[in-house]
Amino acid sequence: MTRNSRLKDHHAEQRLFGRRVVAATLVIMVLLGALFARLFYLQVVRHDYFSELSQGNRIRIEPIPPPRGLLLDREGEPLALNRPAYQLELTREQTPDVEDTLARLVALGLLPADDVARTRRAIMARRAFDAVPVRLQLSEEELARFAVHRPDFPGVEIRPRLTRLYPHGGVGVHALGYVAAISEQDQERIDVSKYAGTTLIGKLGIERNYEELLHGETGYQQLLVNAQGRRVDRVGVTAPDLQRKEPIAGNDLYLTIDHRLQQVAETALGTQRAAVVAIDPRNGDVLAFVSTPTFDPNGFARGLTVPEYRALADNIDKPLIDRALRGVYPPGSTIKPFVALAALQYGVMAAEDTRYCRGVWQFPNSSRRFRDWKKQGHGTVDMHKAIAQSCDTYFYGVSDQIGIDRLHDFLVQFGLNEKTGIDILGERTGLVPSQAWKKKAFKKKELQVWFPGETVIAGIGQGYMLTTPLQLAHSTATLAMHGKRFQPRLVRAVRDSRTGAVASLPPRPLPDVKVDDPGYWDTIIGGMIGVVSPGGTAVRVQAGAPYKVAGKTGTAQVFSIGQNEKYNESQVSERLRDHALFIAFAPVDDPKIAIAVVVENGRHGGSTAGPIARAVFDAYLLPREAAPAAPPATPPAAPPAGGMDE
Amino acid sequence: MRTEIAGPGHSSRAQRTFTLTGRLLDALHIDGPLLLSVLAVCVVGLIVLYSAAGEDVRIFLGQAARVGLGLGVLTIVAQIPPRVMRIGAPFLYGLGLLLLIAVAVAGDVAMGAQRWLDLGFIRFQPSEIMKIAVPLCCAWYLHERPLPPDFTTLVIVALIVLVPTLLIAEQPDLGTALLVTAGGGLVILLAGLQLRYILGLGAVIAAAIPVVWKFLLHDYQRQRVLTFLNPQNDPLGAGYHTIQSQIAIGSGGIFGKGFMNGSQAQLEFLPERSTDFIFAVIGEEWGLVGCIVLMALYLLVIGRGLYIATQAQDTFTRLTAGSLTLLFSVYAFVNSGMVAGLLPVVGVPLPLVSYGGTSLVTLMAGFGILMAVHSRRKLVST
Repeated sequence: MTRNSRLKDHHAEQRLFGRRVVAATLVIMVLLGALFARLFYLQVVRHDYFSELSQGNRIRIEPIPPPRGLLLDREGEPLALNRPAYQLELTREQTPDVEDTLARLVALGLLPADDVARTRRAIMARRAFDAVPVRLQLSEEELARFAVHRPDFPGVEIRPRLTRLYPHGGVGVHALGYVAAISEQDQERIDVSKYAGTTLIGKLGIERNYEELLHGETGYQQLLVNAQGRRVDRVGVTAPDLQRKEPIAGNDLYLTIDHRLQQVAETALGTQRAAVVAIDPRNGDVLAFVSTPTFDPNGFARGLTVPEYRALADNIDKPLIDRALRGVYPPGSTIKPFVALAALQYGVMAAEDTRYCRGVWQFPNSSRRFRDWKKQGHGTVDMHKAIAQSCDTYFYGVSDQIGIDRLHDFLVQFGLNEKTGIDILGERTGLVPSQAWKKKAFKKKELQVWFPGETVIAGIGQGYMLTTPLQLAHSTATLAMHGKRFQPRLVRAVRDSRTGAVASLPPRPLPDVKVDDPGYWDTIIGGMIGVVSPGGTAVRVQAGAPYKVAGKTGTAQVFSIGQNEKYNESQVSERLRDHALFIAFAPVDDPKIAIAVVVENGRHGGSTAGPIARAVFDAYLLPREAAPAAPPATPPAAPPAGGMDE
Repeated sequence: MRTEIAGPGHSSRAQRTFTLTGRLLDALHIDGPLLLSVLAVCVVGLIVLYSAAGEDVRIFLGQAARVGLGLGVLTIVAQIPPRVMRIGAPFLYGLGLLLLIAVAVAGDVAMGAQRWLDLGFIRFQPSEIMKIAVPLCCAWYLHERPLPPDFTTLVIVALIVLVPTLLIAEQPDLGTALLVTAGGGLVILLAGLQLRYILGLGAVIAAAIPVVWKFLLHDYQRQRVLTFLNPQNDPLGAGYHTIQSQIAIGSGGIFGKGFMNGSQAQLEFLPERSTDFIFAVIGEEWGLVGCIVLMALYLLVIGRGLYIATQAQDTFTRLTAGSLTLLFSVYAFVNSGMVAGLLPVVGVPLPLVSYGGTSLVTLMAGFGILMAVHSRRKLVST
């Protein structure tokens, strides 16, 4: 502490230095103590907490979606399978910027620009830690393209998944339905946690109705992941016991559909807009369920682009509509056997009672003329001939005598005017009119009045009356069984994926149609045999067949003709032409198959719809080898087809 | 009986070997205890690095080669007589200053900071030189002056420290600037800076903090401090390092998860695990025990260094040896404190352990100076 002329005092300096070193040592000790205290706090006091955090860091629970149950036809032919495919999945939680990521996927050509909005909604609807499919079924080239850019897409991964494959494309699509990516709306009808990891869900048809049986149970596995959330398999890190619960596959379904029959019917229909339903009358098994044109359900499993979907939805032939289930058509003359049965039951007409047909029918004291399809008339007609030749005037009179309400009460016993209860959604009820119905259906008082003329045309299946092809087939099956009814069904057995046991589902009987005299059935069926016999309206359905057929043709009016106009079919544009209908069953003595065929704008039940029924019968009833591949060629002596109604 | 006969034979051979090695070390001006403790830290470092780098043999061998290079530098520096060092100190300092200015004018920008000087054949950071040049120059300046230093002396020494510090902080490299300041500051403290100056300086620093905060710190530096105060504010951004390193250390427990078994490190949750955050790997894989062992080894190095300093026989060597040793401890504490969440994140590597060559070579040169000081103390005293 001396002033200017200080000299260096080496000993004092050394002592000072010594003291400073001691002080420094003390400071170091204090700092080390602080560090030690901190480490002790982290590693001993809060060890459990941090251990848990580090576990959470490296273990991710990943769901393992179960393989979906298969759809097999009644013979075991696979109709819907699972196929491995690669898909692009995005996990919101691991994606820094979903919007930007989607935009860059579009730029890479891995996501159609039109799909961005829908994909974003799907992502936002799922939980943040769920991997949501962005693109299904990537091609090899797309896989490679993504692989190159993978580091730029945190949270986006390629995962091998099982996707749905419909090996026969559109065959039977309206019965099978299809699966597609789980949408926002689907979220509301499922237990989201049970669908973790599942991409596809049944949207329609059997795929939709039996979703619960088909889906199976989701398993899970714990994965070791790195900081990027990517799975790692590192030998170096002792993995804790990573748990794994195997998924339980969905149950396989044996359908009632006979794939071969289905194919025959679709081939026979070709490009026509039509529906065919074939039912085994003995148990309600739906053997063929056809609505054409069909569409390829594989597109939905893959994910249709917006234009692809628009093309299907806007198609003028409406392939997406299930005509068999949801198409409602006037039954036309196919209703006549049922009306005849009602006449017998109500005693308004006996089988042998005759009427004289002169080509038109009139109420007494009325100038309104109800025309027969055969202008010159059928002459003297009993019930057999009335059915066989489809005499309109006979049924005008009969239904007038029965009255609309009694006709209604009788027909609904066959399941008309209500859903058959088939095991797919969306069925329509059709319509059997009655006075009560008209009161409810119309608002205006003057329209609520039932006119007698409306009863008359109901007798030939026109006017308000509407049926679905499924209802027609079901009613025909009931006729074949003399009134015994079974609910139509598309699934006949379930194969449990765990045990492998196949459990047959019992047929579901419905209340019988009862008539006072069982002989009435034979009368009606006799008339229907007449339809396919010489002189009948569909003689070629029976021609050359070794089994006995009973059928009925029908033509449903699309385009109404004025009272005095002449219907000239060549002048009517194609889509306004009449629908062709045909119902039949065979063999008559031991019915194995009942069928309803509706060909839109097909004009004549006998010539257009009949051969299709014949082709299906042949395929089903003939020994398999002997069955002709194609429907029989037009026989040389085709009976003349009539006008508005055969 | 046999052991008794064998005993002396063995011990004499061992003794001979020991003496021989001792003589060799003496001839090379190498201090055995310091060399051993430094090597022990290096070996620990290489083991941890092998695991932290994900068993990358290339990285491991590269670092081993750098340790070898460091030992070479150490040996060479140990040959320089302290007197030469003293005379050379201002020149080294001047050279370092020139290079720092050169970097500011024409340096390479790497990772957002201008630190590197590319000489065509080699790229290096002039700021590294300053870690040694500043203490040396301070010690040189204080050597001839009476101690404790008077005010004028202090001002000049402060300038010697602050000029390069500011240049380095401008690059910006907060960690190195901090270490350079610490190096110079330690010299001043060891020189016997009076308590009133220490307290006064403390007050000035406290007053300067808001100014520095507002005008001198870069955004990212401010962010680091803020994040240090509350890492959870930004768990996936600036706070990520701190949170992950604490998870790593904490989950290690007392005995650790085992070599190459740290999930935080091996699964890449821990960022910069082979460089600045390697201490967390030690904490995770070797636990509290491993940390204590490392700290003990550091203490051995520091203890030996301080011993050498107290044995030094003139002001220059004393201050140099003392400040370099204490600088080493600052190094170690700042890094481990930062990784353990005691200090904000600054770019200071864990001495002798972190992957990277520059700091290793500088540290080895420092130890070379210590050895040069120790092996020539008698010459100086006579």
